[in-house]
Amino acid sequence: MASSTKLNSRIPEGVLENKWTKYRSTVHLVNPSNKRSLEVLVVGSGLAGASAAATLAEMGYKVKVFCFQDSPRRAHSIAAQGGVNAAKNYQNDGDSIYRLFYDTIKGGDYRSREANVHRLAEVSGNIIDQCVGQGVPFAREYGGTLSNRSFGGTQVQRTFYAAGQTGQQLLLGAYSALQRQVGMGAVTMLSRHEMLDIVNIDGKARGIIARDLVTGKLERHFGHAVLLCTGGYGNVFFLSTNAMGSNVTAAWKAHKKGAFFGNPCYTQIHPTCIPVSGDHQSKLTLMSESLRNDGRIWVPKKKDDNRKPTDIPEEERDYYLERRYPAFGNLVPRDVASRAAKERCDAGYGVGASKLAVYLDFTFNTERYGKIEAAKKNLHNPSKDEIMRLGKEVVKEKYGNLFDMYAQITGENPYETPMRIYPAVHYTMGGLWVDYNLMTTVPGLYALGEANFSDHGANRLGASALMQGLADGYFVIPYTIGDYLSEEIRTKAIPTDHPAFVEAEKNVQDNISKLLGIKGTKSVDHFHKKLGKIMWDKCGMARNKEGLTSAIEEIKQLRKEFWSDVRVLGDANEFNPELEKAARVADFLELGELMCIDALHRNESCGGHFREEFQTEEGEAMRDDANFSYVAAWEFKEESKFELHKEELKYENIKIAQRSYK
Amino acid sequence: MSHGNMNLTLKVWKQKNKNEKGRFETIEAKGISPDMSFLEMFDVVNEKLINEGKEPIAFDHDCREGICGMCSMYINGQPHGPKQGVTTCQLHMRSFKDGDTIVVEPWRSAAFPVIKDLAVDRSSFDRIMAAGGFVSVNTGNVKDANNILIPKDDADTAFAAAACIGCGACVAACKNSSAMLFVSAKVSQFALLPQGQIEKQDRVLNMVRQMDEEGFGNCTNTGACEAECPKGISLENIARMNREYMGASFTQNK
Repeated sequence: MASSTKLNSRIPEGVLENKWTKYRSTVHLVNPSNKRSLEVLVVGSGLAGASAAATLAEMGYKVKVFCFQDSPRRAHSIAAQGGVNAAKNYQNDGDSIYRLFYDTIKGGDYRSREANVHRLAEVSGNIIDQCVGQGVPFAREYGGTLSNRSFGGTQVQRTFYAAGQTGQQLLLGAYSALQRQVGMGAVTMLSRHEMLDIVNIDGKARGIIARDLVTGKLERHFGHAVLLCTGGYGNVFFLSTNAMGSNVTAAWKAHKKGAFFGNPCYTQIHPTCIPVSGDHQSKLTLMSESLRNDGRIWVPKKKDDNRKPTDIPEEERDYYLERRYPAFGNLVPRDVASRAAKERCDAGYGVGASKLAVYLDFTFNTERYGKIEAAKKNLHNPSKDEIMRLGKEVVKEKYGNLFDMYAQITGENPYETPMRIYPAVHYTMGGLWVDYNLMTTVPGLYALGEANFSDHGANRLGASALMQGLADGYFVIPYTIGDYLSEEIRTKAIPTDHPAFVEAEKNVQDNISKLLGIKGTKSVDHFHKKLGKIMWDKCGMARNKEGLTSAIEEIKQLRKEFWSDVRVLGDANEFNPELEKAARVADFLELGELMCIDALHRNESCGGHFREEFQTEEGEAMRDDANFSYVAAWEFKEESKFELHKEELKYENIKIAQRSYK
Repeated sequence: MSHGNMNLTLKVWKQKNKNEKGRFETIEAKGISPDMSFLEMFDVVNEKLINEGKEPIAFDHDCREGICGMCSMYINGQPHGPKQGVTTCQLHMRSFKDGDTIVVEPWRSAAFPVIKDLAVDRSSFDRIMAAGGFVSVNTGNVKDANNILIPKDDADTAFAAAACIGCGACVAACKNSSAMLFVSAKVSQFALLPQGQIEKQDRVLNMVRQMDEEGFGNCTNTGACEAECPKGISLENIARMNREYMGASFTQNK
């Protein structure tokens, strides 16, 4: 298989271990006085956006940052709970850059680029150093050193964390760095601004059209380069762990202006979320994967067992992950854990009112911790109650905020009774196709963090999203952007009355007028929920040809209904959250179709993409390396028409094999 | 579509924009389930308003899991409503009774002007952060993380202060509209850590100066901020900031 000529991954030559060091030392530089006249637009202020913007500003570039929230600190990176991976080997348990690289490639089911992933593993340690330098209060041991914990898909402890609020603390660190640059005048921050189109001039990205969400005014912004750090598209499913505002609009507009979309069907369904409680549900809440360190997952051995979980004796419980995957047990990767939960529930062993849930039980480890604490305190023959009380204190220290959140949402006390959990859409590995420099197929247009497709293959391992967002922003783009901007030092700022800006703004204006002009009968949410149901049923945890084929037709039909019957009230020239939502859902209605097309074309199962037709006898994903060892990069042609380009994936340092966690 | 059997009367603040006068509007919320969050109840109400051709209630919200800090409203006079330690998005309708009347208003503070209905402008917090809420360390300018050893208690106390979500409930709760709890949480986080020592004097002076310029009021130690804070940020932070501020004012010779 040869890669498409339209895709140049720009992976440097040389030995894997030296590629990044050598590239970084030879990539073109921009001298300080030229940096001052080069403008970079950063869209999105999460981990990737804030870290990139702060670093580029420190280097001397003129930076403008846009976010749709009221403050850059609200970006949804804030909600990441469990932790951030780094190959520090502080635990002396055999970790190394190579092992993190290997785990990530394997975890991604051999569908990511070796060079990118190795670079990610190389800079992972720098991320921890940087964050500690900023004053991020990571968890520590009594000796003052940093603490680590385990995450799924690995056998070492390399995850750094701040209780169950790691994303919050890392984002606030990046936000602090960003605000420092704002205070110094090096970054112009535009909150409550949403990017609604990319402006290309002579084949290069030269700016954006943004809407001031408070006044409704459309604005034109010029930049020598544009960075999309706009997160993932999990909200195409309506129900997901994403924030309500998370959307695909910036990436989708870029796609329609020439940026190829990579592997759109690779979606991560996270195994441990609070189950849906009713049709009023607006979003799903994750319970961090870190809970699988100390929680054991089980269902009753008997179908429709309606006893209270605490009344079901040990021998009548099926710890199905420990049974099926003894080597990794409850710490198998997310895709494996999710499918196993679905398998048990589909077979009739689910628990709770909806029967779409399994138990996550902390009793065993609470008792274990209690015994350790009792021994530390020299308590001889402690009572069971005493042991459990001591154990609960330990569990509370580790996961207190998660347990509180669970209790608040469900009204149940997880210290006394097992949690009920079920998989939910959480992350999208797919995203804009980028080369080694993180540049899309549009020169000057970059994609960072979850918005790109690059590092996680078909399945992301836990605690790797924070790592990738910060790697891209702090340690990759500041170097790789020089390759492009060094050629742009003679480009003067293009006035925004250029015809390309005028035309792009007019298109945005027309789109808004169209949405407001339909004056139909159904709310935006009505369409979003319908789309979400199609996606979840037919392009969710398990997919098949028949379902995907019908989903494509259903989405086309739904899109038609949307554009003839949606009701968006209010005006364009005011704060209008319904209008914002409508424009985002319009884009999801196009993306959903492409996701199904991609899932339908990939006649194999890999990672989060599970095609029912392609599985082993034991129900494990069956890859087809001979025919599908490539990145699917889709080019937008016209509505419903996309052209496939393939980037072949070569494995020169890792022997590919069937993933086994048994 | 019926969801539940609670029927409530909402008295909601409606205001077209920051220049126009606002007023309370009475809106019926019918068929509400106790399992809904407060904002999901708003979703149901808004869906109904849209179906009737009326403009929905505008409110800020995003993560709906109590961490982004975007949701912001008084519910029956209390920031984030009656339950302790939760944001509006995590408040569930089981905290109310069938037949209740619920009054909902935006944050009230001169430093938080209303944008529309329940949404307010909190960019003053960002400006306070830009004045000093950071450690000045450029990317790459750091040594190995474990070269900085930090006593666990200090790290834990710094973390407890850093848990602030910047929602502004402290300001809303305060009769003086003081932002002391917000500012002191950030000052404390860095004051407790070795990384924050170099700039500790400038930081506290600059952040407090910006806080005053934004129009926030003074602190009179009523403790309402701590009582209403959804993240349990402690008043001790204010005491610590006062110490830092006094120390910096006396010793700084700029």
